[in-house]
Amino acid sequence: MKFTRKFAAAGAVLAMLLSACSSTSSPSASSGGGGGGSAAGCTIGMSWNNYQEERWAKWDEPAIKSTIEAAGGKYVANDAKSSAETQATNVENLISQGAKVLLILAQDDKAIKPSVAAAISRGIPVVSYDRLIEDPGVFYVTFDNVEVGRMQAREIFKLVPKGNYVFIKGNKADANAVFLKGGQDEILKDAVASGAIKNVGETFTDGWLPANAQTEMEQFLTANNNKVDAVLSENDGMAGGVVAALTAQGLAGKVPVSGQDGDAAALNRVALGTQAVDVWKDARELGKAAATAAIQLCSNKDVTKVSGGSTFTTPGGNKVASILLKPQPITKDNLQVVLDANWIAKDKLCQGVAAGSVKGC
Amino acid sequence: MTQATGVVDQPTADTRRSIRSLLASTEVDTRLLGMVVALAVIWVGFNVLSGGLFLTARNLWNLSVQSSAVGIMATGMVLIIVSRNIDLSIGSILGFVGYTMVMVQAIWIPTTLGLGFGQPYTWIVALAVGLVLGALIGGLQGWIIAYLKVPAFIVTLGGLLVWRGLVFEYQSGQTIAPVDKTFGLLGGGPTGSIGDVGSWAFGLLACVGIAATLVAGRRRRRKYGFPLRPLWAEVAIGIVGSAVVLGAVWVANSYFWPESLAAQYAQQHNITVPPGGLNIPTGIAYPVFIMIGVTLVMTFIATRLKFGRYVFAIGGNPEAAELGGINTRRTIMLTFVLMGVLAAISGAIQSARLNAGVTSLGTQNELDVIAAAVIGGTSFSGGIGTIPGAVLGAVVMQSLRSGMILLRVDSPIQDIVVGVVLVGAVGLDTVIRRRSSR
Repeated sequence: MKFTRKFAAAGAVLAMLLSACSSTSSPSASSGGGGGGSAAGCTIGMSWNNYQEERWAKWDEPAIKSTIEAAGGKYVANDAKSSAETQATNVENLISQGAKVLLILAQDDKAIKPSVAAAISRGIPVVSYDRLIEDPGVFYVTFDNVEVGRMQAREIFKLVPKGNYVFIKGNKADANAVFLKGGQDEILKDAVASGAIKNVGETFTDGWLPANAQTEMEQFLTANNNKVDAVLSENDGMAGGVVAALTAQGLAGKVPVSGQDGDAAALNRVALGTQAVDVWKDARELGKAAATAAIQLCSNKDVTKVSGGSTFTTPGGNKVASILLKPQPITKDNLQVVLDANWIAKDKLCQGVAAGSVKGC
Repeated sequence: MTQATGVVDQPTADTRRSIRSLLASTEVDTRLLGMVVALAVIWVGFNVLSGGLFLTARNLWNLSVQSSAVGIMATGMVLIIVSRNIDLSIGSILGFVGYTMVMVQAIWIPTTLGLGFGQPYTWIVALAVGLVLGALIGGLQGWIIAYLKVPAFIVTLGGLLVWRGLVFEYQSGQTIAPVDKTFGLLGGGPTGSIGDVGSWAFGLLACVGIAATLVAGRRRRRKYGFPLRPLWAEVAIGIVGSAVVLGAVWVANSYFWPESLAAQYAQQHNITVPPGGLNIPTGIAYPVFIMIGVTLVMTFIATRLKFGRYVFAIGGNPEAAELGGINTRRTIMLTFVLMGVLAAISGAIQSARLNAGVTSLGTQNELDVIAAAVIGGTSFSGGIGTIPGAVLGAVVMQSLRSGMILLRVDSPIQDIVVGVVLVGAVGLDTVIRRRSSR
């Protein structure tokens, strides 16, 4: 990881030095590309906002890179280290390195807009990777976060069709926290209206912190004298805090808890039975889909013509062409899925699980 | 004893004066007393609003455990702020050291060294590694601050970034779980408590301790010819102190094990469950026990040791302290070493409580800790602050948070309330202090 980062930095410096050459040589290269799935000679630039997070280096980048290179394209990348200003410079940089299509994981969805507009006006299509950029010209590739919420609620609702529900939401400043709750509400609204499901506790959690989620859960259990039948936690970290609070009351495994992200510790909890569902988003699928879209954009710059695309109405009211991938709910019945995908090692998934007690362990 | 009784035409002023002189003769810290009153108001208020939920044994027990990690660190923050410094890095130190301790017990000992899970020594090795690491980190920062004269704000701001960043380098951001079973007891929970017998024994011991301290203090004053407190005041302090201790023990013991845990226990020990359910008193939780211990030790350090007196002297007037022959640099460095160790203890408690090593552990704890110390009467202008005050401050903060969750107040509003209370409390304190010094 460290090595690749250094490598990328060195590449960026080199590219700056050679930018004069590349600007003269690239037109001839781009005119060569023509066919549907081929990206021969096409350079695709990726601007990461913060490469330090585990998943980008481990899952997303290899998928993007291999997909592009398999199609005969060239992959260049740089990292903005969580700085919106650096990212603006980085985007310029990728263009001067000869990028014909840009993939951007935005640090700040507003600050990046001038750079995106500039790129599009120069005829360089932009793929908004995982995080939405509010610009009607971009192609948006992400997992469907509302669907994640629906899946969480669907799995828990199957187990607890009526009873007292607690909702542990993520950080209040994060739009995803609201998307997720929206999806949960879609599934539960009839049962809530009929009174079968009672909301006995709901709160945002600063910074998605597991320790805060634990305190919140302790207080909700106290307030309801332990009469809580199900917990909808929006991610795995917070689910960990919730399960710790349930364990202290001897309720772990009796009260179903949801989560998302496919954290190793959470998948282990699913195997142990203390977490009912973990909605898993295979980052490699995301990388592959974005790279495939980018390859198509090399030859045809019209974002509405990307195969598999549909129209997505953003919270800001823009209609953008997009691919929304479906996540996958993991329960104790389909643990094999994450094993088959090499997402997690078996000894980690099954740590502390009695052999043969669940499928997959 | 000294108040006048004959003045009849000014009864209100007179009663006020007599209460003040009564208090003065007991030598009780009025600021601390004010905080206790404020806390009582908060508790009763939440109890009314929550329909009697707040002042239940269970909620108070929860509250004690939830306050412990911040309370422990607040004791160290008092010394840092008193000596006119600040430590912004404790949340990150807590996260880094806490994560390291989980690495030791969940990966290094069992897998890297191949010794396996659940060894009897695992928890103590992990804890020792954490404490030493905390001391080293604190020492490094303290050395830069004290000897290289880099402002504490900058050094610990850097620390905040560095130690949090290092957590990610270990396992690229993964959550590691679970922790060692014995280590997990540090986090509290029904099994992580000392039980009813232990709690009562501790309570009685504390009462004896209070009596002994009062007697020894009186004897020492007499020896050096200092004015003595009136005997009734000594007795009153002893009685009130003992009552508080025994009351707290009684509350902790009135919180029984949750039904299903008790049922499990009964099954394992072949006990037939009586018709009303098996009532196993929980008692004081280990983290709370640790917090009490830390408070006592830190109070002793701050008020009885030369080191503690030096810290206050430096805070009162750094130049005078230096000219007076105090090794100010060593003293300052040591306050940061202490802070690092306390952050490590809190890190152990928090990761044990969560039963996992998470990279975000301790995020924003520095703010809670500083707020606790300041609400507890620690002054940013240096030289003023008490350890018990800071612990009380932590309890006040956590009472607000926990109480509002009980009332289902969402986190944005919680933040607003806590922010207003912080500024309000310190503002009130500043105004009162200025008026009384006039």
